[in-house]
Amino acid sequence: MSGLNELSAPMSVAPLHPSGQQAIRHGRIEIRGLTKQFGDSDVYRNFNLDLQEGEFVSIFGPNGCGKSTFINLISGMIPIDFGTVLYDGKTIAQTRLSYVFQNYREALFPWMRAISNIQYPLKILGLDKKTQSRRVEELLAEFNIQIDLNRYPYELSGGQQQMVSILRALITDPEVLFLDEPFSALDYEMTLFMRERLQHVFLKRRNTMILVSHDLEEAIQLANRVLMLTRRPTRIAETVVVDVPWPRDAKSLTSPQFVAIKSHCLEVFSREVARRSDVGTGSGSD
Amino acid sequence: MTRLSPTQTTGAGEQAPPILRESVAVSPTKAELRWFKRLALSRFLQVALGPALVLFLWYAASALGFLNTRLVPPPDATFATTWIALTQGTMIYDLTQTLGRVLWAFVIAAGLGVPIGIVIGANERLYRGAEFLIDFCRSTPATAMFPLFMLVFGLGDQGKVALAAFSALLIIVFNVAYGVLNARKTRILAARSMGAGRIRIFADVIFLETLPQTFVGLRAGVSLALVVIVVAEMFIGGMDGMGHRIMDDQMSYNLKDMYGSLILSGALGYCLNYAFLLIERHFVHWAGR
Repeated sequence: MSGLNELSAPMSVAPLHPSGQQAIRHGRIEIRGLTKQFGDSDVYRNFNLDLQEGEFVSIFGPNGCGKSTFINLISGMIPIDFGTVLYDGKTIAQTRLSYVFQNYREALFPWMRAISNIQYPLKILGLDKKTQSRRVEELLAEFNIQIDLNRYPYELSGGQQQMVSILRALITDPEVLFLDEPFSALDYEMTLFMRERLQHVFLKRRNTMILVSHDLEEAIQLANRVLMLTRRPTRIAETVVVDVPWPRDAKSLTSPQFVAIKSHCLEVFSREVARRSDVGTGSGSD
Repeated sequence: MTRLSPTQTTGAGEQAPPILRESVAVSPTKAELRWFKRLALSRFLQVALGPALVLFLWYAASALGFLNTRLVPPPDATFATTWIALTQGTMIYDLTQTLGRVLWAFVIAAGLGVPIGIVIGANERLYRGAEFLIDFCRSTPATAMFPLFMLVFGLGDQGKVALAAFSALLIIVFNVAYGVLNARKTRILAARSMGAGRIRIFADVIFLETLPQTFVGLRAGVSLALVVIVVAEMFIGGMDGMGHRIMDDQMSYNLKDMYGSLILSGALGYCLNYAFLLIERHFVHWAGR
């Protein structure tokens, strides 16, 4: 019964690689002609972008340029006006995507224990109970989580809650994991710790990660590639490749290579912010 | 002990008061246990202080002859009469009659009000359409409806229960609909991003998300049902219930019994509210967190 269920589940979940290490994905993410209007202002107008699956991509740009809107669009969270988004040739609906929200307090389910929160996406996929718990156990074993998951979310610290959110997003083994300013509500100490945990997740799982951050240091530290966005209508000002070796701890943040990348990004950013006067007003908040 | 204030009545649309909960229990040491007992004792004394003071003033005033005994009988005589009415008389019967009517009214109101509230709240256009109507009916004094309900449902229990149920229903519908309408969008988005369908999102997210606000409505509803039932017992025919008893006492000038009935009616309302708070604290442990 359980075996059958597993096979006939509407969206089967790929088994873990025996070593726990995922093979690096080679698909492409193709965004073509992406267009989105809010009211009568274009946030995205005929926007094209190619990304490599299995990479960690950060998105950084001026306030209100539509960073969050971008991942909301390509994750299917809000509808696209025009254009296509394909993940390795598949549509948004055909692709396993997960989303980590900025506000973990409003994203976790407070009526469920942390462990049930993590398990919940599997329940939606229609897996049987046994498979659900087995997969949760596997995930927890993989990441050596030091959190009492039998507590309710509101009994955990902010960092622990966001870790639970990330685990909940990972449980379905998504092809792409979207993170919308996931650590911006945490204090600096916790942020540094969580960045290391997230790198650990990335290096082990090799899910494609797409991170929106308002913190340049964070955007660079975590990414293979930083997309620097312009003001609206949004374009890519520059794609900055970060080839600092992994894992990148607090020490990496002060290495000359890192500092050089950061100052270059800052230059691009300042240029884009200054462009406001040329274009006039026309940016709102995102 | 956590602090509960069952006397607090919450109106529609109001946020539920935060409910404090003990943090996860660790087995206490003896010293901690002693400390905790002392704390509980001091809490109890604090709570008991107000009523004790009122009783003392009542007693002192009547002993010193400050009170007109034709309007305010002395406390000891009042309590003695009440005790006899409870143990040998019909006061228990009246209390249970009133309680029974309140619970009937409440069950009807909740059984209809929660589903209606959910349906109205789930559909913003429906809500906008119904908002004025519900608000208008809610603002109409329930007592003004007595004659109408007497006409439709007769003078018996049906009329009283129907009127109380109607009044409670409006408060419950309003609160539930408001809760559904204002459910946090993030959790709904989160469930949708996991691929949950409409019905599942409703059952797993919106219903639970709304539960704190629903309980605000239920608690306000049961309080209002008690008020309406007691008043209805006074003025709409019938031979029992606390309202009837109080009216009867007043007309036959049985003041000791009247004061006793007042105190016990108060106790009934307090207990109902407290019971709901306990249920709420158990089922909606996350409220206000």
